Amino acid sequence: MALITVGMADLNVASAPDILTTLGLGSCVGVVIYDKLRLIGGLAHIMLPSSNGHGGQNRAKFADTAIIDLMKKMEQLGAKRNALISKLAGGAHMFAGTSAKNVLRVGERNVAACIQILNFLKIPIIANDTGGNYGRTIEFYTQTGELKIKTIGHGEKII
Amino acid sequence: MSDVLNSVDSHNLDIFKEIGNIGAGNAATALAGMLNKKVLMSVPEVNIVSFNDIINILDGPENVVVGILVDMSGGLSGYILMVLEVEDAYELISIAMNEEKKPPENFNADSLNELEKSSLTEMTNILVGAYLSAICSLTNLTVKPSVPQLAIDMVGAIISIVAIEYGKIGDSVLFLKTNFSDENKDMTGHFFLIPDFESYKILIESLGMSI
Repeated sequence: MALITVGMADLNVASAPDILTTLGLGSCVGVVIYDKLRLIGGLAHIMLPSSNGHGGQNRAKFADTAIIDLMKKMEQLGAKRNALISKLAGGAHMFAGTSAKNVLRVGERNVAACIQILNFLKIPIIANDTGGNYGRTIEFYTQTGELKIKTIGHGEKII
Repeated sequence: MSDVLNSVDSHNLDIFKEIGNIGAGNAATALAGMLNKKVLMSVPEVNIVSFNDIINILDGPENVVVGILVDMSGGLSGYILMVLEVEDAYELISIAMNEEKKPPENFNADSLNELEKSSLTEMTNILVGAYLSAICSLTNLTVKPSVPQLAIDMVGAIISIVAIEYGKIGDSVLFLKTNFSDENKDMTGHFFLIPDFESYKILIESLGMSI
């Protein structure tokens, strides 16, 4: 069993019994896509909502390009589109007092963008743990489909 | 859009080092005044580093740190983020309260009381103010800081603010690190200067560089 770490603005896929993890999500969003029949999982650590106007950059950084690339990569591993489900975590508002500036609402905008793309691709979102003002480390178990969420001072849970 | 930080060549990096030097000098003077003793500082490290490297500089993405964010407005808009190891945050609180303070076991966001938080905020005003006045004197711009905002969390989560802003223009961030010490203590301040995209151009041009 391997533990595969996905860095910031990165994505990767794995099949059972491997575990995908990303550490210290803040306003970024961790998007998990899972083929529950074939036990194939994918995880993207998304930083910004849209690649619009950011041509030529790392595609894993943006919700629109990352989710599509992640799905394609899973299909290459044998996943089937109609068996896919997804889970979301992250999108926090780390500095609660600075809401006046649009930029720090990026967590919320990231979550909204991910939901929009997943809806467009008709991949149901069966669980999410987003928002708040705290960071999250997540671990996705391709064997069970469980997503474990760890925090500093806000407990641990499985969704 | 190409990575704007690519335009920061070695000469330009020297100008940011100068901001770091003057800022750290101002900060050391301010600390010395409060402590009423001599404060030494290291030559600041100024680097352009990739997102994932910056997290590792601060002991890995899950290391718990204190992040303090100051909003800039006026001649430049954007943010300055100061990141402190927990022990160093307590050093600053101890200095401000003139009383020895140590972090508790399982330190988390609820560990600091209001007085400790406002002491830390006040110290941040002084340190960040020292860097801002360095920027203002080198650029002739007037930049006003906001009241600092505090967050205690994993490095990755705190730094995401910086990475996201720089993420719009590339895959790396500009980062300053300075060590302050007196005869029996030392602490390290990690500073991130985060101008918004328009202000980045203004900053570069005001410093006599070109993009």
